[in-house]
Amino acid sequence: MIDTTVKLPGIHMKNPIMPASGCFGFGKEFSQFYDLSLLGAIIIKASTGERRFGNQTPRVAETSSGMLNAIGLQNPGVDGVIADELPFLYPYKTPIIANVAGSTLEEYSLVAEKLSKSGVHALEINISCPNVKEGGVQFGTDPELAYEVTKQVKKVSSLPVYIKLSPNVTDIVGLAKAVEKAGADGLSMINTLTGMRIDPHTRKPIIANQTGGLSGPAIKPVAIRMIHQVYQEVDLPIIGMGGIETTDDIVEYLLAGASAVAIGSANFKNPNICKELIHELPETLQKFGFNSVKEAVGGAHH
Amino acid sequence: MLREWMTIVTHQQIAHQTYLLELQGEIAGLVDNPGQFVHLQISEQYFLRRPVSIADVSPIKGTITLLYKVMGEGTEALTKKGAGEKIDVVGPGGKGFPMDEINSKKALLIGGGIGIPPLYYLAKELTAKGIEVVSVLGFRSENDLFYLEEFKSLGEVHITTNDGSVGTQGFVTDALPALDTIETYFTCGPTVMLKNVKEKLDGIPGYISIEERMGCGIGACFACVLETPGGCGKGYVKVCSDGPVFRPEEVIL
Repeated sequence: MIDTTVKLPGIHMKNPIMPASGCFGFGKEFSQFYDLSLLGAIIIKASTGERRFGNQTPRVAETSSGMLNAIGLQNPGVDGVIADELPFLYPYKTPIIANVAGSTLEEYSLVAEKLSKSGVHALEINISCPNVKEGGVQFGTDPELAYEVTKQVKKVSSLPVYIKLSPNVTDIVGLAKAVEKAGADGLSMINTLTGMRIDPHTRKPIIANQTGGLSGPAIKPVAIRMIHQVYQEVDLPIIGMGGIETTDDIVEYLLAGASAVAIGSANFKNPNICKELIHELPETLQKFGFNSVKEAVGGAHH
Repeated sequence: MLREWMTIVTHQQIAHQTYLLELQGEIAGLVDNPGQFVHLQISEQYFLRRPVSIADVSPIKGTITLLYKVMGEGTEALTKKGAGEKIDVVGPGGKGFPMDEINSKKALLIGGGIGIPPLYYLAKELTAKGIEVVSVLGFRSENDLFYLEEFKSLGEVHITTNDGSVGTQGFVTDALPALDTIETYFTCGPTVMLKNVKEKLDGIPGYISIEERMGCGIGACFACVLETPGGCGKGYVKVCSDGPVFRPEEVIL
């Protein structure tokens, strides 16, 4: 019997597989494909202080081995999320991680404080959204700001706090260390990489926002490298994400140092992907000689 | 909604860069209304699915018919798939034309280019309800024409082409019939066409079907949103799951 359970601060999981923020909405749409209680956890779409419409369309474009998106944090605002979206998820036997975004330190604090009283199990702080003009990524590219936002959120929230790091930096370890010092309970790695596509017919960027965040298998090696680096220098559990499509990919993430993984844009290709990966994972772990998920974590470093 | 490997029953070119794809599978039995779509995975090489509207349903054969136009590499690769092969399909997606709500004597259907296909299934269903159908179909040129006979078998048809090679030269709005007896209109095509139609037919109850780049196609990713006038409702609608069919007054085009 392969042990797939994972215990992370605030979240006790049946398996290490959860949908990534922004790729699963608030769960409702995917519940028509399978029982969400199967999931190790669920990370919901980002909440901001007020309702946001997001960017103009087109918001997505296909790339080689992936896609670009620039949604722009569209959401009903934290009060709307708590009142209208979260109640749907409570009956499922799956821990909920709420994603927190904002333009200012105050907004991060406000959203985190409200969500931490809502009944979710942990917070993921989005300091790495590349698709909004203000806030988001600047908090994730400057270690001092990353420290500050983590500190503020920790102050107002009783829940474990995972900081979602941006790969659009030269020194990912510096950022990870800064948020560790500020009291983060864990890391989510990685958000999307900034990219662009131009249509030769129109000679204009395809995405209305011009740039978008690159996701999909194209970014997996970047994520693996960053997790491998951070795992050696920082003593925080890591939720790994970026281009996962197979259980072999998951084992690669575990070996690099992730304790759990999130599935992002693969949910668009195959709405059943999380369920299928959960089903296949024990066999894959066994194939590579592991009796548990825990055994595989950090395996590339021994 | 299902994810299913459907079997290709027929796949043939019917006009310039335009193909007919008939697929067999359980999804065919799940279509509620004309105007819904399926989301096709062309191959592992193409990351995003392609939304294609349903042009016809055969309950007896258990098939759906799709008409698609080659728009780029993905749809070009799709043309290479042959009968007997399987294709990964999610669907049926979205809400179509609400057939139960429609109680007109005479309906006007206005389609532009690859927006025409869902109107064929709609025309069939409307005539089956005893509603008289007049169609205005716009194409780029004579080579692009498809389903003319099929529409003619259901009612009066007006054709326009951009170059005047067949029918009226110009756009669909240049060939509108007398509107006094029209009780409802239905339109699908490029956004600029929908805007013009909406303006010209202001005052007549209508339904518009909208095309947009999609991500997930099931309402989770917020790629295909449209703003609503005055921020009514949530301030937005999702084309893939709230639509693709809307009342013209519900959305800002």
